[in-house]
Amino acid sequence: MSDILKALIEIVGERGVSNTPEEIWFYSRDPGVLTPHLPDYVVAPRTTEEVQKIVLLANREKIPVVPMGNGMSLTGLVIPLKGGIVLDMKRMNKILEVNAMARYAVVEGGTSQGVLKACLQEHYPQLRHSIPDAPPTTTIAANAALHGQGRLTQQYGFNSEMVTGLEVVLPTGEICLIGSPSLGPYWFSRGPTMPDLSALFLGWLGTTGIITKIGLRLYPNKKIRDVELFVTDRVDLIPDILYKLTHLEILEDVNVWFQPKPLMFQGNFHITLYFTGDTEEEITFKRRMIWDALQEYMDSKDGGFMSVQYMKEMLMEMPQRGIADFADVPKGGGFEYSGPITILSHFPQYAAKVVELAAKYDVLYASSARLISGGHCMMFSISFAFNRNDPAMMTRVKHALDEATAFALEMGGIPWKPNFMEQKMIMEKMDPAARKLLQMIKKNLDPQGIMNPGNWEVNT
Amino acid sequence: MYALKWKEKVCATCTSAECLLKCQYISFTRHDEAHGEMMKVVRGEDSRVLHECATCYACEEYCKRGNHPFYLISERREGRGMFTAPRPITNQWKNMTQMQGKYMVGQVKDKVLSCCFIPDLGILGTGEIFKDVASAVAFGAEFMCPAVHTHFARMSVIKERLPIVIENLVKLGVKEVICLHDECYGTFTAIASAYGIDVPFKPIYYMDFLLSRMREMKDRITPLGIRAAYQRPCSNRLIPDKYPLVKEILDLIGVELPAREYQGENCLCCGEILRSISGYKLADDVQERNLNDMVQTGAEYCVFNCPACQSSLSEKVAKKGLTPVHIINLCKMAIGEKEREAR
Repeated sequence: MSDILKALIEIVGERGVSNTPEEIWFYSRDPGVLTPHLPDYVVAPRTTEEVQKIVLLANREKIPVVPMGNGMSLTGLVIPLKGGIVLDMKRMNKILEVNAMARYAVVEGGTSQGVLKACLQEHYPQLRHSIPDAPPTTTIAANAALHGQGRLTQQYGFNSEMVTGLEVVLPTGEICLIGSPSLGPYWFSRGPTMPDLSALFLGWLGTTGIITKIGLRLYPNKKIRDVELFVTDRVDLIPDILYKLTHLEILEDVNVWFQPKPLMFQGNFHITLYFTGDTEEEITFKRRMIWDALQEYMDSKDGGFMSVQYMKEMLMEMPQRGIADFADVPKGGGFEYSGPITILSHFPQYAAKVVELAAKYDVLYASSARLISGGHCMMFSISFAFNRNDPAMMTRVKHALDEATAFALEMGGIPWKPNFMEQKMIMEKMDPAARKLLQMIKKNLDPQGIMNPGNWEVNT
Repeated sequence: MYALKWKEKVCATCTSAECLLKCQYISFTRHDEAHGEMMKVVRGEDSRVLHECATCYACEEYCKRGNHPFYLISERREGRGMFTAPRPITNQWKNMTQMQGKYMVGQVKDKVLSCCFIPDLGILGTGEIFKDVASAVAFGAEFMCPAVHTHFARMSVIKERLPIVIENLVKLGVKEVICLHDECYGTFTAIASAYGIDVPFKPIYYMDFLLSRMREMKDRITPLGIRAAYQRPCSNRLIPDKYPLVKEILDLIGVELPAREYQGENCLCCGEILRSISGYKLADDVQERNLNDMVQTGAEYCVFNCPACQSSLSEKVAKKGLTPVHIINLCKMAIGEKEREAR
């Protein structure tokens, strides 16, 4: 047994460490199309102190550390590109506090979306958090760390903007509290009115530290949720339609999607509109506002509301399980997407690009855009399905996604949760001074370069 | 291509113009005005009727001379390239109901139980009432009556698909097709006849079948002793002679059908198509009047014939305190096969 393995066992116990081939095989990959790479060890800590000890050990031995939530980014963000330790955070899954009056929760760094949802439903039914349309086992901290989005993103912004404080183990081993918890017991503010240090850890994809605790805003959970589905076959109208809808300031969530299969969806762009209320009167009022806002498109016959009765159950799910159903159309159950963040007025160009790429690479597409912060921008997913047992198809999907990222950058968009190659493309296009600042921050926080190496690495 | 069988002379000599004078959605007060507008339709000219028709099917019932005013209005609309509903909705319906070879056929001999393309009908067509035919089921777009496209003024889709549907049923080798969907029966009888499309099997209306079976099982019936309001579907306008069956069945199982304003010829649409076509204002108004009318009768249940109406109105009638139930399930309740629907 190596000295490192012994040291890791000493920190987390025998059941918390593994380097057996069958276990590290699983931690070498994610469900996307990137090439796997084996870690040397998988470690599952239970406390912040254990995380700290692991990081200190890694520093001493100069071993890479890759913090991992549920590993569902699809873009290989937790594939250990340079081996080392994959730090599986899922055993740190406690809800530490719910402050109902201040509407925030504090959870450990490996707590899943499903655990928080279940806790709130049972004990705080008047509160909710912004649930992403990902499996409920995905973790809150990882989602925030990659600027994830959820069901409340249209109203309140990226899920990372809902962070109210952090506890972080720095790459050098210090345990650091960020925001109001650095001054007292309350987790109500990530920064303001101080400098917002949380920005040093959000969007960095685990390259600047390990989030061991996270505070998260909670929001009112209205008694009634409802949904409408507007369709149009004119992509050029989508930006205006979205502009009118967001002007209403009443929508919980807005998703725009299009896909060629099943046949009933072919040729149309669908806008799913979620809204909430505490009374039937409130729901009716909001529904009428939505319909009124789009009446002109009905009058011109360019768009209309479709009946959602048969789809309602599926549409109302949180998270929506059907979102990845199209992965099974070509059989083999794989899908990956590029999800650039962009402005609404570019929707038609992005939509055309999806169709073009799918034809060029002979793959099946589906696309869904989620509005962010009342329409200031959107996440436009360019998704392709593939058969995991068909390497040629996976290669075609990879090329299509690379091209989608290049297109997004050309259009002035920002690739979301970029894989390491996309990060390079971003940094090449980035303002040089900004790139230098990024490098300075990273180098200062992680002088040994042990944190998720291969990601956000500036070539010098 | 099949063509609508109608006679200009019949409209030209019409002295009642009831097709439009009785219309619940376009207001006409004088015979000459209504007749004049219909004659514009007949001559292929533009008319307010082409722009305001809500596609409720009712004029098919109002016209006692069998000249098919609704089909004609729909033909004229399509001929002029008009859309009743928004274009993407129209095309969605066309795509959604496209035959794709994804159908189900049970153990069919000389009879088939047609579930159209409506999954809910498969569950309804089971149990003691359907014991001899439940396994002989056919379901899918290949067996779907295309009448819904009338709402969208796409008669060409009906003319193209209906002969194929009929042919698909013929291929099953059946002599009788029991139609669980009201509209299927209306299509195989009224629409097919209006377009001269041959139907080489005997369509059986499910309510005829239901009444016959309930009579056979009379000893098993425990009268339900409830009051109900009936939601008559648009497609029933195509087969008005079958409307009395509802009362006969309900009488047999001890369900009182108190008189209400919006029944029979004066029944109101469930509202879902109205919502698609013109927006919520008309749909909300129609549904509100309809539901309030049901409530005023003291009805405890709202009885449905068409699953689409049921889907559209169930939640709303429940909020008004009525229990939504399909007439088949009501019969199953009467023979003790099904628990009473929870109120």
